[in-house]
Amino acid sequence: MEKIVVGLKRVVDYNVRVQVKSDGSGVETDGVKMSINPFDEIALEEALRIKERGEATEVIVVSIGPSEAQQQLRTGLAMGADRAILVETESSTDALTVARVFKAIIDRENADLVIFGKQAIDDDNSQTGQMLAAIWGRPQATFASAVSIDGGVAKVTREVDSGLETIEVDLPAVITADLRLNEPRYVKLPDIMKAKKKPLDTMSIAELEVAPAPAVKETEFKPPEGRQRGVMVEDVAGLITALKDKGLV
Amino acid sequence: MAKILVIAEHSGTALNPSTAKTVACATQIEGAEIDLAVLGASVADVAAEAATLAGVSRVLTVERAENDAAIAAILAPQIVALAADYSHVFGPSTAFGKDLMPRVAALLGVNQISDIMSVDGSHHFKRPIYAGNAIVSVEAPADSIVVATVRTASYHAVENGNNAAIESAAVDVDIPTHTRFVELQTGSSDRPDLQSAAKVVSGGRALGSKENFELIYKLADQLGAAVGSSRAAVDAGYVPPETQVGQTGQIIAPDLYIAIGISGAIQHITGIKDAGTIVAINKDEEAPIFEVADIGLVGDLFSLVPELTDGLS
Repeated sequence: MEKIVVGLKRVVDYNVRVQVKSDGSGVETDGVKMSINPFDEIALEEALRIKERGEATEVIVVSIGPSEAQQQLRTGLAMGADRAILVETESSTDALTVARVFKAIIDRENADLVIFGKQAIDDDNSQTGQMLAAIWGRPQATFASAVSIDGGVAKVTREVDSGLETIEVDLPAVITADLRLNEPRYVKLPDIMKAKKKPLDTMSIAELEVAPAPAVKETEFKPPEGRQRGVMVEDVAGLITALKDKGLV
Repeated sequence: MAKILVIAEHSGTALNPSTAKTVACATQIEGAEIDLAVLGASVADVAAEAATLAGVSRVLTVERAENDAAIAAILAPQIVALAADYSHVFGPSTAFGKDLMPRVAALLGVNQISDIMSVDGSHHFKRPIYAGNAIVSVEAPADSIVVATVRTASYHAVENGNNAAIESAAVDVDIPTHTRFVELQTGSSDRPDLQSAAKVVSGGRALGSKENFELIYKLADQLGAAVGSSRAAVDAGYVPPETQVGQTGQIIAPDLYIAIGISGAIQHITGIKDAGTIVAINKDEEAPIFEVADIGLVGDLFSLVPELTDGLS
């Protein structure tokens, strides 16, 4: 296999407690720390390991987003990706349009494997990988916790609700990474310096001749209805009494 | 008028409880006619069970050998063929539905609405984002088919007792051979299923080892409960991944949830916020889990949990 394409989404950092704007128009992102979507970092780590085992020759990281997403792509390059592509857009993009953009890039690059995170931790959609596989007419192996490549076939173990499912898919294919696929490497300072010299191309959605999909409108954002803090009991006897009062034991 | 096709999740022999909850969501759309599609290799028993679900007009069966394991790339084109007669296609937001439904949506040329938690109209829904830190109202385009997954924890299963018609649907599409099922390893457990259990006992990192998790299993067995866990406990190797509850694990809504040695990160809380009663046992009285717990007990789990198990026997 030659090329692996990895999607990197710029999202609000995992540790930020997101606040809804008081006018309900969105969530507060001004001055908030942004990072690579953690599942995408796992996806990139897996691609790098496949390359390091000699099973691929090039890893390309791709992001669709504002020009600031270059930061996340540079981090990806510092982790070890060979080059980066930013498809620049200031408007928010829906999953199907993103899948179409990736399809256009795959066609240009002739990619053999695409790895995404299983979901982005901002919109929690879990759609893009499956949608790309659909419009590409290729296999999808979602929620992967183990991947091995044997020639033109990938064997993927998937985390499903009842346990672990293993499937075989012919390449090219799309894999989406679950939490326990691997532990991403830390970036070292010399790698950050080196990454500055690696190629980062910028292009627009229009340049790729992608037709935007009919978008789902987001009309209002609200904070969730919180649960109320309950009672504290002193000991196990108190707990059992409380459970009996509620008819739960 | 809305015509909704619900995609049934099943094991080949029985319907998954997520199906009756997905139907419950579909019934929230006023005046909707609801059909249930059962795809499998041989689905007579599952279809008979599906026909009992209240609110279902017809059960459509699609039987072919390739449908034995639920492979999204194989099922999706068949669902697309069925979808031609419908205004909506709904599936559960379980691993099965999350894998399958976006593939269906993309083939139909529409975006998917993930994790419907409330229905405000035939094209208006609410869904959680940012691990449940925000709820967004969404509006699907009026002129295209609506493909969605349903956050099953937000719905109670519809009643049984219906006797819907069962029809075999003719679906003539090409099935890809590029994706092949190899095996499914399930944790051999006699305990109730995490998704559908009325009671769940979960353990966190504070258990300290796989061996110590025995305390959780004993309490769960005493209560007839399913066993859950936090991400930290799974990452530490104390329990298998399918037990993980939270944003990236399972979203559940049992009547009783007992969190033991779990601090209560927002990513965990989002998986249990629809539980009936939350009980927390933790040695740190400042742990965030106590802010959402209905009943809290501060102390050492290694003495409290055995005492609780004994006290309930």
